[in-house]
Amino acid sequence: MGNNVLIFAEQMGGKFRSVAYEAICQGKKMAQGLGGKAIAVAIGAGVEAAAKDLGQYGADKVIVVDNAKLKDFTVDAYGKAFSEVVSKNDPAVVLLAATFQGKDLGGYASAALGAPLSSDCTEWASLDGGIQVKRPIYAGKAYVTVKFNSQPAVISLRPKVFLADAPDASKSAEVEKIDLALSDDDFRSVVKEIIAKTAGKIDVIEADIIVSGGRGLKGPEGFAVLEELAGLLGAAVGASRTVVDEGWRPHSDQIGQTGKVVSPKLYIACGISGAIQHLAGMRTSKCIVAINKDPEAPIFSTADYGIVGDLFKVVPALTAEIKKAIG
Amino acid sequence: MKFDFTEEQKSMMEVGRDFAEKEILPTQEQDEKSHHFRKETFKKMAELGFFGCVIPEKYGGNETGHLCAALLTEEIGRVSASWTLPFNMQMWGPAFTILNYGNEEQKEKYIPALVNGDVIGAFAITEPNSGSDVAGMGTTATETDDGYILNGQKMWISNAQTADMSLVYAYTDKAKKHKGISCFLVNMKNNPGIKTAAIETKLGLFCAPTGEIAFEDAKIPKSALLGQKGEGFKICMWQLNNTRLGCAARGVGIARGCHEHAIKYALERTQFGQPIAEFEMIQDQLALMYVEYEAARLLVLKAAYEKDQGNIGNTLSVSTAKYYAAEAAVNASGLAMKVFGSYGYSSEYPVERFFRDAKSLQTVEGTSNIQKVIIARAILSK
Amino acid sequence: MNIVVCVKRVPDTETKIKIGGEGTKIDPAGVEFIISPFDEFAVEEAIRVKEKLGKGEITILSLGSADAQTIMRKAYAMGADKGVHLNDPSECQDTLAEAQALAAALKGMQFDLLLFGKQAVDYDNGAVGVQVAKLLNIPVVTRIIKLDVADGKAIVERESDMGKEIVEVKLPAAFTAEKGLNEPRYPKLMDIMKAKKKPLEEKPAQLEAPKLSIVKMDYPPARPPGKIVGEGEEAVPALVNLLKNEAKAL
Repeated sequence: MGNNVLIFAEQMGGKFRSVAYEAICQGKKMAQGLGGKAIAVAIGAGVEAAAKDLGQYGADKVIVVDNAKLKDFTVDAYGKAFSEVVSKNDPAVVLLAATFQGKDLGGYASAALGAPLSSDCTEWASLDGGIQVKRPIYAGKAYVTVKFNSQPAVISLRPKVFLADAPDASKSAEVEKIDLALSDDDFRSVVKEIIAKTAGKIDVIEADIIVSGGRGLKGPEGFAVLEELAGLLGAAVGASRTVVDEGWRPHSDQIGQTGKVVSPKLYIACGISGAIQHLAGMRTSKCIVAINKDPEAPIFSTADYGIVGDLFKVVPALTAEIKKAIG
Repeated sequence: MKFDFTEEQKSMMEVGRDFAEKEILPTQEQDEKSHHFRKETFKKMAELGFFGCVIPEKYGGNETGHLCAALLTEEIGRVSASWTLPFNMQMWGPAFTILNYGNEEQKEKYIPALVNGDVIGAFAITEPNSGSDVAGMGTTATETDDGYILNGQKMWISNAQTADMSLVYAYTDKAKKHKGISCFLVNMKNNPGIKTAAIETKLGLFCAPTGEIAFEDAKIPKSALLGQKGEGFKICMWQLNNTRLGCAARGVGIARGCHEHAIKYALERTQFGQPIAEFEMIQDQLALMYVEYEAARLLVLKAAYEKDQGNIGNTLSVSTAKYYAAEAAVNASGLAMKVFGSYGYSSEYPVERFFRDAKSLQTVEGTSNIQKVIIARAILSK
Repeated sequence: MNIVVCVKRVPDTETKIKIGGEGTKIDPAGVEFIISPFDEFAVEEAIRVKEKLGKGEITILSLGSADAQTIMRKAYAMGADKGVHLNDPSECQDTLAEAQALAAALKGMQFDLLLFGKQAVDYDNGAVGVQVAKLLNIPVVTRIIKLDVADGKAIVERESDMGKEIVEVKLPAAFTAEKGLNEPRYPKLMDIMKAKKKPLEEKPAQLEAPKLSIVKMDYPPARPPGKIVGEGEEAVPALVNLLKNEAKAL
């Protein structure tokens, strides 16, 4: 029975993502409770250079699988590499960020190792020499507390819930580079092209502020007023399901149970009535503002602050006022 | 006796609900405002087989039955009363009537095209001076060597201006009174003797076209006669006993729409520091709406069930359902308006639309008074 | 082209969730159940592939209680041909055990495409598709929004952390469907009637002992009551002041 925590250090284009630091910080805390070490795993092409810096966030050791063939993420190849590292190290916990990659890789490792899995955890606690987690189900309409009956437990953490500690520049991790034999079978799926996100467009999952619109926008043109406010705040623009189903906004902007679940610092809901499935997707936002002409709209019961009124008047006024306030 | 729906019936209700919410609701507000009949919605209904419920597979239908049709009508009606009209008309109107009274040639010519939506159907009974008194109509069909010549005027005809074909009731022999009425299958397009005009002055049901038809020496062929000469009144009564079931189901849909909206609103709206649903007078209104909805629905389901068992001429059940559902819809919309307070009076909320649409049910296809006459005659003759 | 689509019965997304008496499961009373929306995209895609190629057979595989058959019939009405129901009266809450049971059933089936929703909108783990693929040792591409099949391979577009990707994969392969892949059709009335005549095989799900257990289920913490700042644009300065000084959100 191991007592180490093995953490997938997610990177993009050779740079570690902030979610990797979040996971390592939590992994270190878990390892301390278990009396083990926090071991980060970096997989990719050209990831070795930055690997030792993961020590600044708490990694005791970093295992690097650096291979030109691993330039692009595919579940099959990364999954193979990651689960081999896991099985060699016999950890108590396998920790990832609940990003697209992290969830996929967690699923692969769970199946490869026959290990129980919980995705998107928002709380964890040490318990009887193991880890217990709490995670949202039904998109946050309820939460479950999960106990693992077998080791390792594969756990992914919801991004932005656990914040990374400031890096300690005096620390550095031991780096172990390993070579893995990858066969053709591991490359049955191949990334042919990456279509990067539109420049300047902020993803709703990563945004600190989201300005979101619903049916009250009356049409795709209506979003112009939201775009202006979002531009000023450096915010992402989100949308309700109705709006997406109507084709006014792309699917990737949808917030709610069949879209993205977000928890930004500030969520400004404009012309959104507040259907249950939408509330499920944004109710964990730190501060919620609702602007709606209908004083009985359910969104007001979830919002911290509300303005009853025509969003086409209120939102431009808000943009102007914030412009004044932040100079 | 079983009160459970089959899995198939539940699936059909789900299709009806999804269709209403995804295909009708999103554009409802603007379409109602602009009195717009959306042809593509009509075509989508056809593609899903809505118009084929009571039509055999041989003619493109699906034989899911009257009960299924009534359930679909309720699901559509709870969102849009307007849209139950083109639906019911297409199916229970001309198609089902031709199925019963038409010859093979007529069936093949019209029914598949009505079911697949290529042809929009209508039926024309009412005239400016003849409503409840069907036999008081003035339209005539004068027989010639090669056909008939229609003269007269029809009013309040659903689909008048959009229809490709219509059942037209007209006198072939005025002296024989109601036994001198005949029914014709009339092609509405490309006939210089037929003119139609939309009626823009109605109170509600704005997405469902309604109009008037003027026949001025309109020539139609011999083959246009449906059934026998002089059989028109019988056909008309038979047909109304089917289309009325649609009206009743529409009433159930409206009553349900009203009570659902009222419940939601009563739980959301707070006054005096609590949701208004906590107040007993509001509860009284909600309970009444529910009771009447439930009762109307059971009457409709019973009448539809009887038809599915082969008892098409079940006038007592249909008229009972039609009378009660119409009153239930009108009551429910009035009560919902009270629950909504001033928002009930606003055209930004759906209640006032239900209020306007519901009123039509006390008039169309036999007024509430006529239904009571039919009911009384039936129970007194027992 | 043989296609298997795995579907799960879940509460409608518009449904309020009530926790049941024992505190580890939801109370199903009054809950509308549906085919998980992402699984529905998968079913629709299977039908589109079959229609495009003009041949093939679509099998629906569902693990769950006896009620799972209701949503299987829905998939039949949309256009699937047959199905296998893995009966699980216990309503397993461990995704790995579910994936193992699905994989065990799939080992005896022939298929080119294996489709899932990207997640079931109940437990939201979003792992079963990947787990099953790994257990069957076939490649998997997640969150696809476009699928083209030709010559023993598939070209897909998927959502990734980077944006979008075009991925080529050898068949047989597994895919998980993301919203945007397609717009599911409504079943035609005729097809609803025909659905009950299509074959549905029922067998017990081979579930291993779960390796995790649900200790308890809770409601999300209530949000503190908010306030209506005011009406119309006159209320805007007060709102900005609150956001800046009270909530410190600006």
